[in-house]
Amino acid sequence: MAIATPPTPAAARRMDRLEVMWQSRPGVLGWLTTTDHKRIGLLYFWTTLVLFGAGGIEAMVMRTQLIQPNNDLVSPGTYDELFTLHGLTMIFFFIIPMTTGAFGNYLIPLMIGARDMAFPRMNALSYWIFLGSAIFLYTSLALGMAPNAGWFDYVPLASKQYTPGHNIDFYALAIIFNSIASTLTAAQFIVTILKSRAPGMSFNRMPLFCFAFLAASFGLLFALPPLSADAIFLFLDRNVGTHFFDPSHGGAALLWQHLFWIFGHPEVYILIVPAFGIATSIIPAFTQRRLVAFPLVAIAELLVVFIGFGVWAHHMFATGMSTTALVFFAGATSMVVIPSTIQVFAWCMSFVLGVARFKTPLLFIAGFIFMFVAGGLTGIMFIAIPFDQQVTDTYFIIAHFHYIIFGAAVFPIFGGMYYWFPKVTGKLYFERPGQISFWLLFVGTNLLFFPMHIVGLLGMTRRIYTYPSNLGWTSYNVIETIGGYITLVGILVLFGNLVWSYLRGLPAGPDPWHGPTLEWTTSSPPPEYDFAVIPRVTSAYPNWDVEDREEDRRKLAGGVLVLDEGHEQVEVTPVDGWLSRVVEMPHDSPWPVLLALCLSLVFVMLLLQHFAIAGLMGILCLLTLLGWHSKEPEAA
Amino acid sequence: MNRLRRGRLAAAVVPLALLAAGCDRKQNALAPASHQSQDIATLFWWMTGVSVVGLAVVIGLLLLAWKRSGRRGAAADTHGSKPGERVGWYVVVIGGVAVPILLITALFVVANLFVIKTTEAPAANSTKRTILVIGHQWWWEVRYPGTSAVTANEIHIPVRTPVRLEVRTADVIHSFWVPELNRKIDTLPGTTNAIELYADAVGRYRGQCAEFCGLQHAHMGIWVDAEPPAKFRQWLAGQSRPAAAPKGALASAGRDAFMTGACADCHQIRGTSATSQVGPDLTHVADRQTLAALTIPNTPSYLHDWIRDSQRFKPGNLMPSFGGLPEQELRELVAYLEELK
Repeated sequence: MAIATPPTPAAARRMDRLEVMWQSRPGVLGWLTTTDHKRIGLLYFWTTLVLFGAGGIEAMVMRTQLIQPNNDLVSPGTYDELFTLHGLTMIFFFIIPMTTGAFGNYLIPLMIGARDMAFPRMNALSYWIFLGSAIFLYTSLALGMAPNAGWFDYVPLASKQYTPGHNIDFYALAIIFNSIASTLTAAQFIVTILKSRAPGMSFNRMPLFCFAFLAASFGLLFALPPLSADAIFLFLDRNVGTHFFDPSHGGAALLWQHLFWIFGHPEVYILIVPAFGIATSIIPAFTQRRLVAFPLVAIAELLVVFIGFGVWAHHMFATGMSTTALVFFAGATSMVVIPSTIQVFAWCMSFVLGVARFKTPLLFIAGFIFMFVAGGLTGIMFIAIPFDQQVTDTYFIIAHFHYIIFGAAVFPIFGGMYYWFPKVTGKLYFERPGQISFWLLFVGTNLLFFPMHIVGLLGMTRRIYTYPSNLGWTSYNVIETIGGYITLVGILVLFGNLVWSYLRGLPAGPDPWHGPTLEWTTSSPPPEYDFAVIPRVTSAYPNWDVEDREEDRRKLAGGVLVLDEGHEQVEVTPVDGWLSRVVEMPHDSPWPVLLALCLSLVFVMLLLQHFAIAGLMGILCLLTLLGWHSKEPEAA
Repeated sequence: MNRLRRGRLAAAVVPLALLAAGCDRKQNALAPASHQSQDIATLFWWMTGVSVVGLAVVIGLLLLAWKRSGRRGAAADTHGSKPGERVGWYVVVIGGVAVPILLITALFVVANLFVIKTTEAPAANSTKRTILVIGHQWWWEVRYPGTSAVTANEIHIPVRTPVRLEVRTADVIHSFWVPELNRKIDTLPGTTNAIELYADAVGRYRGQCAEFCGLQHAHMGIWVDAEPPAKFRQWLAGQSRPAAAPKGALASAGRDAFMTGACADCHQIRGTSATSQVGPDLTHVADRQTLAALTIPNTPSYLHDWIRDSQRFKPGNLMPSFGGLPEQELRELVAYLEELK
C-alpha cells in the first residue's frame, strides 16, 4: 500500500512541493554538502566497503604467510603491522561504520517514519570526520609506519622505549579521531530514535532494529570515553613525558588494559547488537510472522549491552589479578549469556512457527544463528576461569571471536545488503547467485575458523608470524588458508551479484518482500523526503496494518501531516510517541566538511608534534563552528 | 664457502633437525601431564559435550523450520492472534533462561571455585622449590633462588614435586605458558606473578610466550624438563658451579676473544670477567638443547652460524650478526663455548 503514486492531483502538488523543498544540490557539491541521511548512509557504505577490502587483503596476506611453517612471504615487522591494521580496520573502520553509519543512517529514519536524522549536519560531520580518520590511519601504511603492537596495543610494548617510531602515534591519534565520529553518530541515533519517530510509535511499537541501534548507541556513548582517555594517556606518555603507564614512576601498565577493555568488551556487543537488529528485521519479513516473544527480545537487546559493561576483565584473566576479582568478572560474564540465549530461541521459534522462505537474506540469518551459537558456546567456556587462562592468546580465542565477529556480525550485514538492496536501488537482486554466495561464505568461513579451535588447543599462540613444522599445526593452517580463499570467492560472488543486479535487475517496486516495517511503505529508492506524509503507526509491524496505510493516503489527499509548507519534520514524546511539535530542519551545508577538514589538520599537526600549529588549527575549527551557527539566508 | 653452503643447508633442515633434537611432547593442552592441566582438559571435554548438544538443538530447530515451511495450509501470520505464541514463549523461557542458568551455575561452581584452586601457585613457604623466570625480548631467563644457577630457555624441575614458579619481566609483557603442565600467566612490569608447575611424568614439555611482545614473539619458546629428583639435584649442582677454565689452545684463544670482544658486553660467564646480564647467561651454554629460545638446535655448526648471522635465523633479535669476525676467531669462540658444559 505504498504511496508511490499520488492518490489525487492535490496530493501530487504537495509531493512536488516536498520534492523541491528536500532536494540536494546537483553533482559533487551536492554530495559534499549533503545532509540527507540516505546519501550519508551511502557515503558510509562505499567508504566502509573500501576499508573492508583493505582489511580483507591484510587477512589474506596473513593467511597466505601461515600456509606453511617457516614461511617468509612477509617480514616479521610487516606481519605485525598487518594484524594490527586488520583488527583496527575491521572493528573501527568496517563493522561499526557499516552498521551504524551505513545501515543505521539509511534505515533508521525510514523505519521510524522520519524525513531525516534529528541533527542532519552533525550527521554529515560524523561521516567526514570518519573519512578523515580512515585516511589518517591508512597514511601510516603508505609511509611504512603502520601501528604494529596489535589492536589492543598493550603497554609497555607500545611505549616510546619499545616502539620508537610514529607507528603508535598514528594508532593513538587515529583512535581519538575515529571516536569523535562514533560519538557524534551515537548521540545522533539516540536523539533520533527517541524524538523523531512517527506519532503513535510508542516504545512498544518500535521496530526491534531501533531497539538494537538504541542499545548500540548508548553503548558507544559510554564506552568510547575510556578508550579516548586511554589513547590520550598513551600519546602523552609517548610525546610529552608523562608516566601514566610506567610503573617505575608510579604508573601502572595494567591501567592501559583496564581502560582499553572497559571500552573493548561493550564494544563486542556494540558490534553484534546492530546485527541482531538486522536479523530481527529479516526474520519477520521472511517468515511472515511477528517475532516470538517480542518484549523479551527488546529487553534482551538492551540488557546485553548494559551487562556488557561489567565483564571487561575477562580479557585479563591471565594477568595475575586476585582470584576474587576474577570470580566477580566471570560471574558478570555468565549473566550476559541469558539475554543472548533468549534471543537465539526467540529467533529459532519464529523460524519454526512462521512460514520460513529460505531466500538469500534468511539463509544469511540462519547461517548467522549457527555461527553465533557456535561462537557463543565457546564464549561460555571462558566463564571457566582456568580454561580461559589455558586458551587465551591462542588460536582458540581467534576462532571464538571470528565466529562472533565474522559469523554473527558480518553475516547479518551481508543478509541485510540483500534484504534492503531492492529498497536502496529499486532493483531486485538475482536469487541464485545470492544463494551460491551464501553457501560459499558459510563453507569458507567454517573451514577458515573451525580448525583454529583445534590448532589453538594444540598450542598455537596468536600473533606469531611463523611456526615450526614439528608441532602438528601445519595441516590445520593449510585448511584455514583454503577456507580463507573460499570466503574471498564468496565475497566476490556476493558483490559481483549486487553490481550485476544493479545493472540488470528487474524493478523491485516499493515492497517486494511484504516487509513489516515502514521503509517498505515508501517507494524504492525512497524520495529525498522519505515519506509523502508522516505515517500513522498503531503496531510494531506498521506495513502490515492495511487500514493505517489507507489512512496515510487519505491524509496525503487532505494535506494532514504532509508538512509541505517548510523543510520540516515532527517531534514526539520519547516514550509514548505523542506528537509534541513540528521542527524546522536545517538545509544542506558546506560547514560539516570544512570543520572535518580543519580537524584533520589538527591531528596531522599533533602527529608531527607541532603542538602550537595544532592549536591554531583548533582555533580554525572554532571559526568554522561560528560559520555553522551563523543565520543562513532565507532558503530560496 | 663450504661453510656457507653448509649453513644454508642447515637452515633448510632446521625443522627436521629440531624434530630430531628430541621433542618428547608437543604443546598440546589436551595431552595433560599434570593434575592441573588434566582438570582443565576434563572441563573442556565436558563443556564441549554440552555445547554440541546445545548446537544440535538450534540446528534441529532450524531444520524443523525448513521442513515446516512446505506444510500445507500455512498462511501468512501478520494479523490478529498469533498461533503458537504461547509455545514460543515456553521454549524461549525454558531454553533461553532456565536451562542456561542451571548449566552455567554448575560450570561456574566447578570451574571457578574448585578447578581454579589447583592451578594457583603454592604459598612460598609451603614448597621446597621456587624458580624465577624472567621474560626478555625474546628469550626466557631462568633462576634458582638460593643457588647461583642461571640458565636460559630451559627449566629443569623435579618430577612429581609442586614447584612455585614466579614470573617477572625485564621489558614488556610476556606470558609464560606450558599447556601440558598448567594454564598461562602473564609477566607484568613491576609485578611478580606466580603459578604452580608440576609434572606427573619424566619428560620434556614445550611452551612458548603467549602475549605479543614484539618482532620475535614467534620465536620465544621454552622447555620444561621434568627429571627424577636425584638427577635434578645433580643438574642444579652442576649449573650452580662457575665455568671451568678452557682446555686446549683453540678454546683458550676463544675465551680471550670472548672477554675482549663484543660478546662480554652482553653475556655473563660466571667465574670470568664477563658479568654483563643483557643477554642470556652462557656459563653452561653447551648443556642446553637449543639456541635462541628454541629457534635452532644447539650444535657447534649452528652456534657458529648463529654468531656469524643471528639476524638470518631470528630477524630483529637483539644480538647483532658478527659477520665481520674472521673465520679463525669464530672457530675459537665456538670451541670455547662448546666446552661450557
